[in-house]
This record gives sequence, structure tokens and C-alpha cells, in this order.
Amino acid sequence: MKKMLNLSSNPHIRDSVTTAEIMRDVVIAMIPTALYGIIQWGVNAALVVLLTVACAVLSEYAYEKFMKMQITIGDWSAAVTGLILALNCPPDIPVWIPCVGSVFAIIVIKMLYGGLGKNWMNPALGARCFLLISFAGKMTSFTPIGADAMSGATPLAYMKNGGDMANVNLMNLFLGRIPGTIGEVSKLCLLIGALYLIVKKVISPKIPCIYIGTVALFTLLFGGHGFDLYYLASEILGGGLIFGAFFMATDYVTSPITPNGQVVYAVILGIMTGLFRLFGGSAEGVSYAIILTNILVPVINLKTIPRAFGREGDK
Amino acid sequence: MGVTTFKGGVHPYDGKDLAKDQAIVELKPQGLMVYPLSQHIGAPAKPLVAKGDHVLVGQKLAEAGGFISSPVICSVSGTVKAIEKRLTAGGAMVDAIVVDNDQNYDSIEGFGQARDYTKLSRDEIVNIVKEAGIVGLGGAGFPTSVKLMPKDVNKIDYFLVNAAECEPYLTSDYRDMIETPEKIIGGLKVVLSIFPNAKGVIAVEDNKPDAIKLLTEKAQGESGIEVVALKTKYPQGGERQLIYAVTGRKINSSMLPADAGCIVDNADTMVAIYEAVCESKPLVRKIVTVTGDAVAKPGNFKVPLGMNYQELIDQAGGFKDDPEKIICGGPMMGIPLFKLDVPVAKNSSSILALLHDPVSQEPTTACIGCGRCVTACPENLMPTMLMKAALNKDSERYTSLDGMECIECGCCSYVCPAKRPLTQAFKQMKRRVNAERRAEAAKAKAEAESKKAEDNNTKSTEEVKK
Repeated sequence: MKKMLNLSSNPHIRDSVTTAEIMRDVVIAMIPTALYGIIQWGVNAALVVLLTVACAVLSEYAYEKFMKMQITIGDWSAAVTGLILALNCPPDIPVWIPCVGSVFAIIVIKMLYGGLGKNWMNPALGARCFLLISFAGKMTSFTPIGADAMSGATPLAYMKNGGDMANVNLMNLFLGRIPGTIGEVSKLCLLIGALYLIVKKVISPKIPCIYIGTVALFTLLFGGHGFDLYYLASEILGGGLIFGAFFMATDYVTSPITPNGQVVYAVILGIMTGLFRLFGGSAEGVSYAIILTNILVPVINLKTIPRAFGREGDK
Repeated sequence: MGVTTFKGGVHPYDGKDLAKDQAIVELKPQGLMVYPLSQHIGAPAKPLVAKGDHVLVGQKLAEAGGFISSPVICSVSGTVKAIEKRLTAGGAMVDAIVVDNDQNYDSIEGFGQARDYTKLSRDEIVNIVKEAGIVGLGGAGFPTSVKLMPKDVNKIDYFLVNAAECEPYLTSDYRDMIETPEKIIGGLKVVLSIFPNAKGVIAVEDNKPDAIKLLTEKAQGESGIEVVALKTKYPQGGERQLIYAVTGRKINSSMLPADAGCIVDNADTMVAIYEAVCESKPLVRKIVTVTGDAVAKPGNFKVPLGMNYQELIDQAGGFKDDPEKIICGGPMMGIPLFKLDVPVAKNSSSILALLHDPVSQEPTTACIGCGRCVTACPENLMPTMLMKAALNKDSERYTSLDGMECIECGCCSYVCPAKRPLTQAFKQMKRRVNAERRAEAAKAKAEAESKKAEDNNTKSTEEVKK
């Protein structure tokens, strides 16, 4: 034999899936809803999506270049962060605002804590909340859709302010013909993306289903509408719950890794979301619920470590 | 009964098509034969021959060096050339008996004589197995006779034949099942005769339907023998996973299969027991799969123990191109070889030669907490958390996370999208913890002894005072 043999510890074969492929799949899964938003709202929405993603990727590159670290933009995770943030912004927002958010998400929330895998809060959502606090008016002014019976309010806000339920059209809610952020409105497109992620085994339906189920139960119990399925469906489809549950609550880095911890996490998410929506000042609560529950994840993990096979009974 | 599977595991590319249809070919070595004195778990064997001695097929070259040990039997006839340190597949230099093969294959008296096991007592059967040098042929090499002597023979209610062969690429057990199913069942009948309450179960993964069909046919009419099809999933052949899949019982690292009423032995070990007890042939051969994309003609070979790997590969048809990696065993748990000048031993396994080493080409990146390792772990561990403890060399944290339960199956590293060397870290950590435990035990023993000596001193002084 001419060359030396390679030596390494077992196993000697590896599954073909890589971090970059997983992150790319998440981007692919968000393309339908992003396209829907762009088609519905036009040029500004397109600019927001493109520039926010570009800013996220560039700020990661610049930070790593400046700090003389290995360049990791090839793992697609910065693109995911940028895209989630863009889809969480209103369609007519001045483009520079989400771009500032992108830089904040990557530099402050992700890189300062050590980069991919080390951040304890979902970067895109952290940045969204930063923007909500800093530019409250711009971040909550949504573009009305055509002749709108709800007069430009998001369905959740309309219902919260005691709007007439007869004006809430479930089909419009499902298809996305409602005011809202660029990527949260089309439940159909979001569910297509979610299905893609589940089929590709990128995410498990466990956290989203328990999360949505808990919100539903909470709304039934405390929503003040009794057992009204129409109202319940409007609450679930009306805001950012579907987007949050499938694309943000499932973020690997900021969700628990223990099987039981994931259940606890999803239930807490559901309760927090219900509390914010029904008893808080704003009609929405998904973003805050997720970032606040992110903070609890290390504790949830620690308290839910399972025992090994054959040691279940041991202390 | 069990659920025919277990929680966790992975489905790697199985590569078995390369060699599965190649019938076992017997090879006759030309070169020097090397018999390491340590080719089993336990104390090394003690040589019974000296340089210059003439030896025969079936002759004991070395005797067991303790209760957990195994004799070494000569597989050729010839002259003892040396007793010296030799490299083994595991990478260690161990004392070995080197025999110059005279190609005559003269055997000891009685070698190959038929014997009726029903006329033998329990002790006689166990002794034959012991003297035949039989150890677990699945790769671990634990002396089989020791397994046949549990504390309470009556408490054993399952004798499990591990024919899962869950490691990708390997096909030697499959060929055993197809070519000599009667010997597997024969060996099982022998051991069942010494366990009055045990039921025999041959457990095969369901990716080998022809083997299952054949064994089921052959087992028809044998009372107390059953063939069970297990779901195909790696590591189905892991001892704890197999016991759980068949019986629903769970054991952990501090228990023996016997604690769950089970004895587990590999399919080829059954053949070896049958040959030793019913044909008076001690363990002198090994069935080796030579396979992988670098091998010109993948196949299965029956070779005398002690044959050189290089010669085995040459006789098998050699490489079609230079391999990047050669593995002794399967791709999930095998040991990489850096030299082919090592002998086929009882605990060595197949040869897998790969043109490309995927592990060396993939950079390790940061853990993203995806949890694939948690889902894949058949031991229900948290590899991500264990990895943190291992990187910090934090033995206390590692053991509190049940890290010592790791069976080193490789599933976590296999599925990791960040290509982190999890299994490797756990293997190192387990050795570290074991070393610390040994050091502590030694320290405690030394302290106890010095205290005892002190006590004796005071006592004698008191006596003098009296």
C-alpha cells in the first residue's frame, strides 16, 4: 500500500445530514410564506426580506472577520435568523429598522454569547422584541387588506377590542388575507413549510402541537367566550401562533433537549401566550412568551434529565 | 415476551449486499501462524510449549491463566518458532506463540471424533467448552464456559442466541445461518441440556428473512427452541438491547444477563460449541468477512486462527485500490488498523476496507442542540450533556448523568449533524472514571492495611506492657 491508513475512534461512518443542510431546510420551509407576503404587499416587503437576511449574514461575517474567528456563514444559521426576523416585521416598515434588528440579533444575542449553539434566546425573536420596544409605533402599524371590515386592525387586536365576530372570516385568516407581519399571515403556506420540516425530520411536531393545544385549552377556559369553536379557531389562526409554534418554539438551541423537558416547555409556552394575549396589554403574546420561556430552558433541562436504560428505578 | 425492538438506534447503510451471497471459502495459510496469549477477556493464557516443540492441530499451546481466561489451541501442525511480543488487531503488543506451519495439518488423537452430548454431564460439557478455548465470537471474547456457570443454574430461563448481526457490512453470522443452521441449533441443544429451565431463542434481525425461514424449519420439532425475528435497527445485537427486545427485561452496566435470567451467546459461538462437544473439535477457526468498497472480491472466509491479515486479504483477492481506512470489525464499533501484519484472533472480527474515510473529511462544528443524539441513544442517555462533562473532564458530573451506562455503540456520533466525536469522548471518559475508581480502591486498600499493621503494633506493645 502506498499511503498511510487513517485512524480514528468508532463509528467510522456518519449520517449524511449536516448543520448547514438542516438550516437550509428551515430557510426552504419559510419560502412559501415569504413569497405570499411579498406578493400580497409588494416591493417594500421584498426589500425587507432581502436586506434583513443580507444584514444578518454580513454582520456575522464582519464580526468573525474582525474577531479573527472562523467564518461560519456557510452554515446558513444567520440566514435563518435574518429571515425569521424579516417575516416578523410589518410589510410597510422602513427597511432600515429590521436591518438594525438583524445586526442586533447576530452581534448582541448570538455572537457575543459565543455564536451558534451558545445563545440562550432565539436571536430573531430577541431582536423583534428589541425593535418592538424601540420602534413601537412602526413595528405595530399594519397595512390593511383591501376593503377591510376590521378597519386595519389585526384579527387578534380586533377581537380583543370587542369587535364583531361576524366580521372575522376564518377562510381569510387561514389563507392570509388579513393584516399582520410579512410571514405570519398565511397559515396555509406556514403549514406547508412545517409539513416539509416534519417530513424531512428537521423538527418534531411534539412542541408545536402541545404548544398550540395548551393555548387552545387556555383560551377555552379563560377566553370569556365559553365553548365557542369559531372564536377558538380565530384565536389560533389570527396571529403569530402558527409561525411561532412551528418555526420559533422549535429552535434547537433555545428549546429543551430532554424529552420531558420539551413537554414542560411547550406547556409553559402555551400558558404564557394565553396570559399575554388574554390578560396583557397587547393582543399578541407569542414572541414574548417564546423569549421568556427560552430563559427557563436551562432549568427545564436540568430538572428533566431522564435515567439511563435499566436504571429507571434507581435514585 | 419482549417487543422485538428497543428505543433509539439508527439505520445506517448496511452494505451487506457486497458479501452476503458469497459462500464461506476455506483458506489455507502459507505464512507464519501467530497465537496471542490474550485473545479473550480475562487473564492471559500460560504457554505449555517451548521454542522448537512440534505441535499438532487441536493441541493446547497455552492453558487458561485464571478463572476468567481461556486456553489457546493450535490450528495447524508445525514447529514452535518463538514466543515473543506481537502486534494484535487491537493495537497492543502481547505475548504470542509463533508457529512455523508444516502444511500437513496433522491433528491430535481423537480430533474430529463424534461424541453424544446427551451422555455427558453438565460439568463435562462445561469443561469441554472451557478446554476447547471457546470465547464469545461476536467480538468481545468473553470466555463462554464462565457464562455457562452462573450462580444459580435453575434461575436461567432464557438462552438467547444473538444472530442479529446488526453491524453494517458483516455477513459471517448470516452465512453460518444459511450454510450450517443445524450446527447453530445443535449447539443450542447442547447448552439447553445443561439449563433445565431455559428456553432457547435464536434472535435474528428481519432483514435476513431466508435465514429466519431456514432456522425455523430446522427448529421444527425441537421442543423449547424458538426463532424470533427482531426489527432491523442498529444496535439490535447489543446485549442489553437484545435481552430487552426478546424478553422485555432490562439490565444495566452493573448487572449480568444472568441477573435477568438470560444467557446471551453469538450464533458462531453456538457452532463452536457444537463442534467442540459433538465433533471433538476445539476452537481453531474463525469466519471472517472481508468486505468494503476497496476489496476486489468481497466474501466470507473460514480461516485458521493465527493466520496473518495481510495474507488473508491477499488470498481473498486483495484490494482493487488503496483503502483509506481498514477496520477490524464493523463500521459502527470496529477498530481501525494501522498495519495488516496482525493475526486473526478469537476476538478479532471481519475486515472492512474503505476507499474513503468520511470521518476525516468532515470538520467538527458547534453543537446546535438538535437532540438527534438523544433520540438515537439506545441507553436513554443525554449525549450533549455528557459531552460537556467529558470536555471538562468532570468525572462526578459524567457519572451522575449515567455516563458509565454508555455501550459505545456509536449511534450518537453517527447521527450528529455537527459531526462531533461524542462516542470517542465517552470511551475516554469511561476509561478515566474506571482508572480513578481503581486508584481509589487501591488507596483504600493500602490505608486499611497500614491501619491493620498499626493496630497489630499497638496490640503487641500492650502485650509487652502486660
